[in-house]
Amino acid sequence: MFDFSIVTTWVDQFLRTYLPEFWVLAIEFVVVGVVMLALYAVIALVLIYFERKICAFFQCRLGPNRVGPYGIFQSIADMLKMLIKEIIPINHTDKLLFYLAPFFVVVASFLTFGAIPFGNGLQAFDFNIGVFYLLAVSSLGVIGILMAGWASNNKYSMIGAMRSGAQLVSYELSAGLSLLTMVVLSGDLQLSTIIEKQSDTWFIFQGHLPAVVAFVIYLIAGHAETNRGPFDLPEAESELTAGYHTEYSGLQFGMFYLAEYLNMFIIASIATTVFLGGWMPFHIGGLDGFNQVMDYIPSVVWFFGKAFALMFLSLWVRWTFPRLRIDQLLHLEWKYLLPINMVNLLIMVGIVLLGWYF
Amino acid sequence: MEVKDIKIKGIPHEEFNDNEYLEKYVEELRANGVGIVTGVLDDMINWGRSNSMWPLTFATSCCGIEFMSVGAARFDFARFGFEVTRNSPRQADVIVVAGTIVDKMAPILKRLYDQMAEPKYVIAMGSCAISGGPFCNSYCVVNGVDKIIPVDVFVPGCPPKPEALLYGMMQLQRKVKVERFMFKDKKKQDK
Amino acid sequence: MEAIKQLILATAPEAVLEEKAHLTVTVAPDDLRALATALKNDPASRFDFLIQLTGVDEGENFSVIYFMTSTDDMTRQLVVKTYTTDRENPVLPTVSDIWGTALLNEREVFGFLGIRFIGHPDMRHLFLTERWKGYPLRKDYDASREANPVDVTSYPMSDHSETWVKGKDGIQHEKIQLFEEDDYVLNIGPQHPATHGVLHFRTALDGEIIKKIDVNCGYIHRGIEKLSEGLTYPQILHFTDRLDYLSAHINRHALCICVEKAAGIEVTDRTEVIRTIMDELTRITSHLLSWATMCMDMGALTAFIYGMRDREKIMDIFEETTGGRLIQNYNVIGGVMADLHPDFQRKVKAFIPYMREKLKEYHQLYTGNVIAVNRMIGVGVLSKETAISYAVSGPVGRASGLSCDLRKIMPYSAYGKVEFKEIVRHEGDCMARYLNRLDEIEESLHILEQLIDAIPEGEYCVKTKPIIRLPEGEYFQRVEAARGEFGVYIQSRGDKTPWRLKFRSPSMALVSVMDTICRGAKVADLVTIGGSMDYVIPDIDR
Repeated sequence: MFDFSIVTTWVDQFLRTYLPEFWVLAIEFVVVGVVMLALYAVIALVLIYFERKICAFFQCRLGPNRVGPYGIFQSIADMLKMLIKEIIPINHTDKLLFYLAPFFVVVASFLTFGAIPFGNGLQAFDFNIGVFYLLAVSSLGVIGILMAGWASNNKYSMIGAMRSGAQLVSYELSAGLSLLTMVVLSGDLQLSTIIEKQSDTWFIFQGHLPAVVAFVIYLIAGHAETNRGPFDLPEAESELTAGYHTEYSGLQFGMFYLAEYLNMFIIASIATTVFLGGWMPFHIGGLDGFNQVMDYIPSVVWFFGKAFALMFLSLWVRWTFPRLRIDQLLHLEWKYLLPINMVNLLIMVGIVLLGWYF
Repeated sequence: MEVKDIKIKGIPHEEFNDNEYLEKYVEELRANGVGIVTGVLDDMINWGRSNSMWPLTFATSCCGIEFMSVGAARFDFARFGFEVTRNSPRQADVIVVAGTIVDKMAPILKRLYDQMAEPKYVIAMGSCAISGGPFCNSYCVVNGVDKIIPVDVFVPGCPPKPEALLYGMMQLQRKVKVERFMFKDKKKQDK
Repeated sequence: MEAIKQLILATAPEAVLEEKAHLTVTVAPDDLRALATALKNDPASRFDFLIQLTGVDEGENFSVIYFMTSTDDMTRQLVVKTYTTDRENPVLPTVSDIWGTALLNEREVFGFLGIRFIGHPDMRHLFLTERWKGYPLRKDYDASREANPVDVTSYPMSDHSETWVKGKDGIQHEKIQLFEEDDYVLNIGPQHPATHGVLHFRTALDGEIIKKIDVNCGYIHRGIEKLSEGLTYPQILHFTDRLDYLSAHINRHALCICVEKAAGIEVTDRTEVIRTIMDELTRITSHLLSWATMCMDMGALTAFIYGMRDREKIMDIFEETTGGRLIQNYNVIGGVMADLHPDFQRKVKAFIPYMREKLKEYHQLYTGNVIAVNRMIGVGVLSKETAISYAVSGPVGRASGLSCDLRKIMPYSAYGKVEFKEIVRHEGDCMARYLNRLDEIEESLHILEQLIDAIPEGEYCVKTKPIIRLPEGEYFQRVEAARGEFGVYIQSRGDKTPWRLKFRSPSMALVSVMDTICRGAKVADLVTIGGSMDYVIPDIDR
């Protein structure tokens, strides 16, 4: 398995031999930042294309196929158009909050994006409180949504934002608790350690039933946090026209649009990291030959493969189910997911204490 | 820089109707000349715009059903990049006026158009939107939406077949492809 | 009928009874309310279903015609007429507290003729704006565009409704506030994805819960009834397709039957069967689209696309024979426009098993879905009493336990010859309405199956005179359209154009109950209920 930290360490060493530490760090920060930003945009564009094609597939359609072969440049055309579309200044809005809101949403998703380990040694920063950090910053996005809804001075936006607030606050609990269940199993919050511990078997197989339950709950809660699929109440196209971003046009709307897709990726990658071993190949303890074959597949491929598989699942759900109603949404969380989650956490603690895991 | 001919993937130029005015426009541009940088930028922008026209979900009557058919499985306008129908006028690029516009609706249509962000385009779909159609003698029907908002493409029919609407949308794409975006006003000042 | 006559004479001794196609009673305005109450409540008559409320400018006076039936026996029909001779300031008593459906219908008459109904709680214009000059259906109305030019200025909407009540010193005008001071009023429409066109709900909210809905129509009021008064009967036909464009064929069928009966034109058996087959195919397309849009409203886009996909199959069949997809212009007076395409029977026969299979797919995809079930069961319950009062019919009425299928009750065309079930459910919620539609598709397929091999030979169209003059009189025709009872009323004065033509729109009844059944529901439920009601706006506005 190729370790990307070899490359990064080599670059670091190389720079350090010629430059003082301050400049080394400055250059590294800028380079990493630019690379991450580029990756952020590219992943979003790929995802938009990916979703359109998959949705078309589910709906017996063809999907975009005129721009480039199989329409692969469709999302680039969309982006180009969006970039130069007029941004309408609207009277009677709270100007500061109105203009700040899209940035808030994007920055929140970008902060989360930064901490994701994409491959062996490919991680921008590796905290010792990684999981905690992910949970903390990923829920910042809701502030941006609330700001957008409030500042737009539009009743649809307002209702959308309020729904979003209720939804995120509730589902954050489930997402957090199900990750906590896995933290109990791993015994560590650091993402790199969590992945290392899954080198023999992924956590979802290690932790018996509680891990599977936590995984399912995390998928549901994460799906709800991205405001997509049956949980797209804040946007609720047929009820609230465009929900919290009704009044946004051009690039500002583009930011919301981008962040929505990126959030989907982030949720999928956190699930991948914590439950499915991140970039770790599929190993079966004892079968060395099989494990070695698996090791030949690069870690980046493993990571993106798993993440995209989860996203496919999410799209499948999104294009199959009708939307929930707000009270049903909260019932699902507070009456079912949360109690199940708590019991699940206790069982997991028991399993870990008794040493019943693999 | 040479201004390129208008090209739509899959259909030769000659098979379109109403080519004259577009050709004339291209010739005018060629005569005036276009800067290399602005020309390339313009081409890029036009490529993006013409391939990503998001319609507003707006329908008043019968034509709306045919508009829905165009979005559905058999005709599927997503192929051309008309994929995302936006419900908020702020995020839409083209408003397909599908159906009769009556006096009570006229201010609302105008407002919807005003709420859209530039660049915005209008397709008048069906004879009602073009001229009032079967109801042109009525006491409260607007005889053509072009009396209220500027229209780019007229698609005749009552209601037009989905193929006709697709053709109309492609005509709009062709129109967008020769738009000049950069320094558009400067050229006018020169004259 | 004798008992009814006696009842009428007992309540209103000065009433004039005439035996026409239907028993017609003419009463003075003062006796109207007493008679209406008696007719509705008396067990012998029980006229609790007000089909149509039509205002007519008779020249020297204005008359309002109430066409009613009883839910005990839908074939029992009665026409009550009242009139006012005051052309300057016409007033009549309201019947909106007796039949709920009169609420919107009287507003319509007010807007068209300027007749004020005393005691009506909400006497605003229904289709036109308050700034509109003149009353369009009056014969002396100036229909030129100069009188009412197009105005694109947006005026704020009034938060008050008006009412006229009889007080001590004559008729008093009162203003009623529509919403409370601190109501959060959300404008749903006119341009909104879930209103299926250009309907405007002003919704007062308490959080997510709906307190009140104020329905505003008229955003697609095209003045069809006024236009018809200047056109000959064959010319009017093309308007019917554009009323409720989803059951275009059935609407046109209704007008054709009405004119044929009045003019004494006999159509051939072949025509009858062809029309019936086309009606049923139209019904399937309509229900399919309704299923599709309802699913879309609830957020399931894939279901929408599936519905549209299968609808295209019928569109193909239509296109081959009639040349039109959505609007076919196929029925003409005396028959149909063209003979069936040679491939017609084969294609319909292939379609029937295909559709049956797809219905199973729909049930798998959507009916069994836990979210869908939870969002539909118990939501928007329409009780049978409300349904009757507001004259709701069609799949919606039948979902509330009201047996009102005119194909069964008063068979027309070839419906008398075929075997089919009337789908009646009693829950009255969205789920019942949803299932009713899918089951009706199944029944329609069953009808098609029986008819498709039994199309008799013969002429598809009988020769008619180029100009059709209907003998003087009034003609009603009721048919079962996809959304409920569609009716045509023609008042002829022996001319080649009608004196007054009125279409009874099933969707109007559906919209009029929205306020009643949406109260206490959530915003998301409004969308579901709207989808399950499946109204078509141009049908309301005409």
